[in-house]
Amino acid sequence: MSRSRSEPTLSDPARPSDHFDQVEDGASPAGPSLGPLGWARWIWRQLTSMRTALVLLLLLALGAVPGSLFPQRSADPNGVVQYFRNRPDIAPVMDALQLFDVYSSVWFSAIYLLLFVSLIGCIIPRIRHHLKAMRTRPPRTPARLERLDHHLVEQFVVPADADRSEELSRIIGVAEQQLRGSLYRVQRYDGRGAWSVSAERGYLRETGNLVFHAALVGVLVSVLAASGFTYTGQRVVVEGTTFVNTLSDYSSFNPGRFVDTAALQPYSLTLDSFDVTYEMPGSPGAGQAGNFAAHVTIREPGQTTERSETVRVNGPVSFGGERIYLLGNGYAPTITVRDAEGAVVYQESQPFLPQDSMMTSLGIIKVPDGLPEQVGLVGFFYPTRGVLDTGASASVYPALVNPIVTFNVFAGSLGIDDGTPRSVYTLDTSGMTQLTGADTGVAGIELRPGESAELPNGWGTVTFEDISDNDAASEPVRRFASLQIQRDSGAPWVLLFAALATAGLITGLLVPRRRIWVKAIATDPYPGGLLARIEYAGLARGEDPQLASVVQRIRDDHLAALATELPNDAAKENTP
Amino acid sequence: MNMAALDSWSLLAVWTAITVYVIAFAAYSADLAQRSVRKERTTPQPILVGAAAGESSHDTGTQGGANVEGEEEPRQPRFVWGRVGTSLTMLGFVFHLAGTLMRGIASGRVPWANMYEFALTGTLLIVALYLLVLLRYDLRFLGAFIIGMVTLLFGGATIAFYVEITPLMDPLKSVWLVVHVFVASLATALFALSCGLSIVQLLQTRHERVTGEPGRSAGPGFLRTLPRADTLESLAYRFAIVGFIFWTFTLIAGAIWANESWGRYWGFDTKEVWTFVIWVLYAGYIHARATRGWRGTRSAWLSIIGFSAVLFNFTIVNLFFKGLHAYSGLS
Repeated sequence: MSRSRSEPTLSDPARPSDHFDQVEDGASPAGPSLGPLGWARWIWRQLTSMRTALVLLLLLALGAVPGSLFPQRSADPNGVVQYFRNRPDIAPVMDALQLFDVYSSVWFSAIYLLLFVSLIGCIIPRIRHHLKAMRTRPPRTPARLERLDHHLVEQFVVPADADRSEELSRIIGVAEQQLRGSLYRVQRYDGRGAWSVSAERGYLRETGNLVFHAALVGVLVSVLAASGFTYTGQRVVVEGTTFVNTLSDYSSFNPGRFVDTAALQPYSLTLDSFDVTYEMPGSPGAGQAGNFAAHVTIREPGQTTERSETVRVNGPVSFGGERIYLLGNGYAPTITVRDAEGAVVYQESQPFLPQDSMMTSLGIIKVPDGLPEQVGLVGFFYPTRGVLDTGASASVYPALVNPIVTFNVFAGSLGIDDGTPRSVYTLDTSGMTQLTGADTGVAGIELRPGESAELPNGWGTVTFEDISDNDAASEPVRRFASLQIQRDSGAPWVLLFAALATAGLITGLLVPRRRIWVKAIATDPYPGGLLARIEYAGLARGEDPQLASVVQRIRDDHLAALATELPNDAAKENTP
Repeated sequence: MNMAALDSWSLLAVWTAITVYVIAFAAYSADLAQRSVRKERTTPQPILVGAAAGESSHDTGTQGGANVEGEEEPRQPRFVWGRVGTSLTMLGFVFHLAGTLMRGIASGRVPWANMYEFALTGTLLIVALYLLVLLRYDLRFLGAFIIGMVTLLFGGATIAFYVEITPLMDPLKSVWLVVHVFVASLATALFALSCGLSIVQLLQTRHERVTGEPGRSAGPGFLRTLPRADTLESLAYRFAIVGFIFWTFTLIAGAIWANESWGRYWGFDTKEVWTFVIWVLYAGYIHARATRGWRGTRSAWLSIIGFSAVLFNFTIVNLFFKGLHAYSGLS
């Protein structure tokens, strides 16, 4: 859609100079004569230009891509560790380029911050201008409407007996009424032999556009401001056990910069039971787990009442501004280790982490005291053990049909004596000797619920407890739920601004903004009266594909109204 | 009726639809060939059906504007193969719709819960939108592109991604599955049309530049029968902005769902990254349309790159990138 470029009054002074609607001014490229202020102004103009915004947008898109190609520390820390292991040659170089932390990297931040500076620099003058424009009347009718792209001309005969100026003024008055009825803002400009109405509509387009851009700033500010006060913690809770909301009780905790980790709400949460269903063998999707439900009881200190809640996937539980999510689940076999005299040296329901969808699970038992040496057990748990073609064991169904736990025994140093924190899910065997399994010549331990086995060297026994012995209602093996506790007070603000941005986007893109002029000029004498020339013109401000048909419709409606008003005016002609 | 039997009926309808689409594609290709050999120089047709013919004075010529006014059009050329293509497309659409509905009924949920079903519904929406748009604009010259692409995606997905109906996984049991995925498919359909128009726009721009230089060929002959480049550009833009609004909604709905399901509204998961990249690309396209020097050919390239990213997001990212959106149903 082409625009009239030669009418400087028609362009929008608040837009960047390279906006399509703007008149090319060809003004002052930067030269050596610019002073510091001039340079600053030039740089600012460059930064707030459409072209810069566009290039920054494309850079933003391009810059976001590496984050999907390489593992990111924020989303996939293990992937990063693995990358370092697989490609030790280039991983440090990539790390130096912050390719494992793309979205917090210097270069990515620079792109989006520059983009937002450019955006703010662009919209502030436009907001100022728009506020003014909303209070001003539609502009004076251009002298030469025929230079506009959308322009129609009609001839109209004014009877000789009528007052010429009164008649032409009335003709424009009809158009004025019609345009006002179509929600145009109208202004009459009569005089110097021409009568005209100038009309404008669609201020909402620019309003929406500005709301959209301002709301994006709101989204960014909410995200950045809230990130300092957001925290996320994960905790594995075994059925029947209780978790207290203090820092030390979390297995991992990521606080924002300003979170006071000593002041968490000290409520406690007990996992009463965990439900899950599995698709039956032989049906499509056999073994697929679903209907996860963690039944929890939450108690606040000093309160006698407790709340029973169910945490589900897609159904977090809100509690005092925190939200509790269900992220995962698995089995936590209860293992008892006794020394040679039969005294219990270890008894825990240890979560075994699922390794596949059939819940083949890996777990570690660490016995630091009570046996002749420190002992570590590397265990596999199979809820339904089967034997693969390769001869290896694996679980073939995730429910407890044929539960078996197997252990390999390691003895030596667990590596915890010097206070080094160690994960409960891994065993560092560097300081240990393997006593069973592999090429030791001693068979590994294999237990069903309720069974016990001897530890090597006569050090004692290990027992796989059957929980249903004490509680017939329960399954033989306890389950655990992996919960995430999160506080993000910024999220509602982000949502609010995102909704505002969408509303702004819809009006900013879909509401047409246009100016319409209807002008009447008396021209030549005509048999029985005077020939009047009525012009209809439209100017799109922004995309407006309907403009041509709108100008036609305004013309048609206007002529129809005139025809009904002047029933005996048979002189209306269409010939130019 | 047994649900598995219903699914096999669905599959039968799907294969019928694919077959009919293949024939429709052939007819549309014949249409382009027919347009190419047309001897006389036809005026570019106004694509706005029902644009009032200029009975009154219209002293601005046909400079720009979406609805190029048809200057006295003596005979509208009859593109028979184009009509055949459209009729076949409608027939294929009926089977396609039946197949999709049966799949939905058989599974007892919305038919877009894994990659096969997403392709089923997504391509259905592309064809539906194309047919709907035909009521208003004569875009049959896009038929070969749209139906060709649909056939490839739909046939390819049915061969490679078909899975038996399995119960919905827990994370997908949400009202957002209905909203988020459906709106994303709708946006994809709009971007597809926009991309097709942008491709033709590029061809037409070149054609218009070269025409007039004697003795030079100006690309495929059918271009002579198509609307002007700026008309194509304006129409491409209109589809793209509606697509962009839907995509924005997809992004926000996805974030709300992620906040319910994964405990954060945004985590730069690979799929989130690509949805964001696509959003930024189309934001760039819209800005390019408003930037002097970028309007026209350069912005058209952005539209094409944007839609390529949409296709990449659906295929490569779903299949080969590690992420949380692991619902393809394929192992």
